[in-house]
Amino acid sequence: MAQTLRAAEDGRRTRTDPPAPPPPPRRRRSVAPYLLIGPSLVILAVVLLWPIAQMVGNSLHSYTSRHLLPTGPDPEWNSFAHYARLLGDPEFWTILRNTVLVTGLMVAITLILGTLVGLLLHRLPRWYANVVAVGMMLAWATPAMSASLVFRWLFLPERGLVNVVLDRLPDALVGSGWLNYNWFLEPVSLFSVLILVIVWQSFPFVAVSVLAGLKSIPNELYEAARVDGAGAWRSFWSVTFPMLRPLFALLLVLQVIWNLRVFTQLYILANSFQNKSVYLLSYYIYQQGFSASPPNYGMGSAIAVVMTVMILAVSAYYLRIMIRQGETR
Amino acid sequence: MSTATAPPAAAPRPARRPRRLRPARAVRRGLLYAAGAAVFLFSVFPVYWMVVTAFKPVSEIFSGTPRLVPAAPTLEHFDRVVNGELIPGVDFWQFLLNSLIVTLGAVTAGALVSLLAAVAVARFKFRLRSAFIVLLMVIQMVPMEAMIISIFINFRQIQDGTGVQMLGNLTGILVVYTAVSLPITIMMLRGFVNAVPKELEEAAAIDGAGNWTIFWRILMPLVAPGLVAASIFAFITAWNEFIVALTFLGRSTDHYTLPLTLSYYFGRFGTEWGSIMAASTLLTIPVMVFFLFVQRRMVSGLTMGAVKG
Repeated sequence: MAQTLRAAEDGRRTRTDPPAPPPPPRRRRSVAPYLLIGPSLVILAVVLLWPIAQMVGNSLHSYTSRHLLPTGPDPEWNSFAHYARLLGDPEFWTILRNTVLVTGLMVAITLILGTLVGLLLHRLPRWYANVVAVGMMLAWATPAMSASLVFRWLFLPERGLVNVVLDRLPDALVGSGWLNYNWFLEPVSLFSVLILVIVWQSFPFVAVSVLAGLKSIPNELYEAARVDGAGAWRSFWSVTFPMLRPLFALLLVLQVIWNLRVFTQLYILANSFQNKSVYLLSYYIYQQGFSASPPNYGMGSAIAVVMTVMILAVSAYYLRIMIRQGETR
Repeated sequence: MSTATAPPAAAPRPARRPRRLRPARAVRRGLLYAAGAAVFLFSVFPVYWMVVTAFKPVSEIFSGTPRLVPAAPTLEHFDRVVNGELIPGVDFWQFLLNSLIVTLGAVTAGALVSLLAAVAVARFKFRLRSAFIVLLMVIQMVPMEAMIISIFINFRQIQDGTGVQMLGNLTGILVVYTAVSLPITIMMLRGFVNAVPKELEEAAAIDGAGNWTIFWRILMPLVAPGLVAASIFAFITAWNEFIVALTFLGRSTDHYTLPLTLSYYFGRFGTEWGSIMAASTLLTIPVMVFFLFVQRRMVSGLTMGAVKG
């Protein structure tokens, strides 16, 4: 997260001046730097990098828990069979579509709400903005597990606050039958609650980043826009947005990456693996690997490869931004 | 959910109205304040509801008319969480201890290893430097949810091959948490090392200080605040982590971390909302404290950079 903030900051700064060249590093040929990065490199390679390669390998083998037994056979090569099965499986396409849709909604709502709140905080008096910001920190800091449980409780049939309040509201406004309504059975209602949890937890980061960005835009630009007769809407799209474009690009990519992998919240809200219609990709991976019987590591890995490719496609864009900003030099 | 849609009240409004119209300005200001209040309530309410529920006696939790403030606050749920047994046979302190071992262990190991790497990246020019940084960024992107099956199989094979137990206890989790936090902490610390003027080190070198002395006497004290910030971020990540613990620990309940305990308890006693909310509150408190501490630093750092630009 921190690195993100820093990256966002750099993203903004480069709007006004070109990336400051990093301090000229010591030009000395030695083994020292390699010794220094050695431990990190070994840990990362063994724990994270190697499994990424294996994930691809596993997805091309028939690989179940049977193969993990000490006396079990080696996993058998089965080429692209898992991928072929996925492509021909309507359930997979539904899950993929839902994942894209739900992620898209989470990202869009988070970015729009976060930007609006950033603009709002910018206009409020400092003390008032600070109070609101501290409140937002509470939402931001709540662990995913606690947040999921609270929202499960808020939307609980019969006793949940949301259900009770909706039930008390005039029927003409919201319809009737809310008290016993179960939000967690059907995809549309469950995903609505899921999106709400995610938006609740992620909009503060966007708002705070946008606020910091707004503070960097010289006021003269807005005055000029006003003199030219631009309203608030116009001056947002003609001044604010172009000035903060790198920041928005960064926030967009990060939100996509973070929201595509949501697991804990869905695990608590769905609370079982029985209803396949509420699966998202990360949930499907876990289900194949650890909840299906027998666990199907090969199929789980194939889904994981699909998800990784999606994420890397988005992060390629992010990497391009970082490299262009000289972040890797 | 009306609060969720309230903020758009702050949506850009035509600013063309003549400034002299006093009432219009007052109304606009009132709307801004109201929108701010709505955002505040939307953010705070779920946390408030969690805490309030934790203090309500069972009869109030299950009465059909929810109250915003408990009529007869009680500590019974906290008592049940801390002194009762969330999972039969294991007490709360064991879970807390497990969580502390993996988080503090990962943070300490991660801080040591990543500080070395950060110094290398910030102070040396070497052939694989850019490749290393790109590698960090890419690894950071690939979600744990995708890697979890392969990591699990790996550890299982290590365990079967060497006899070192990696799954079903805290070892494997500790290793993964350390690795996961590395990319972020290295990139963060790199920024802090970069910020230390090189002249200081050169002056020390002229005075005859060796590399080791320079590192401990010059660099360390100046980078220490960065190390604290990076460690807190690593701590929060590890403290909240769920899927790795869920996968690695299986049925060894006496090694469960706090989030996993909560999930297990919810699965078994899904109607005990008082205890669930009390446990959620306890899980949240350490993160809140650390978060408010780091956040001020992050936001002000951000604003400073922005103003400077």
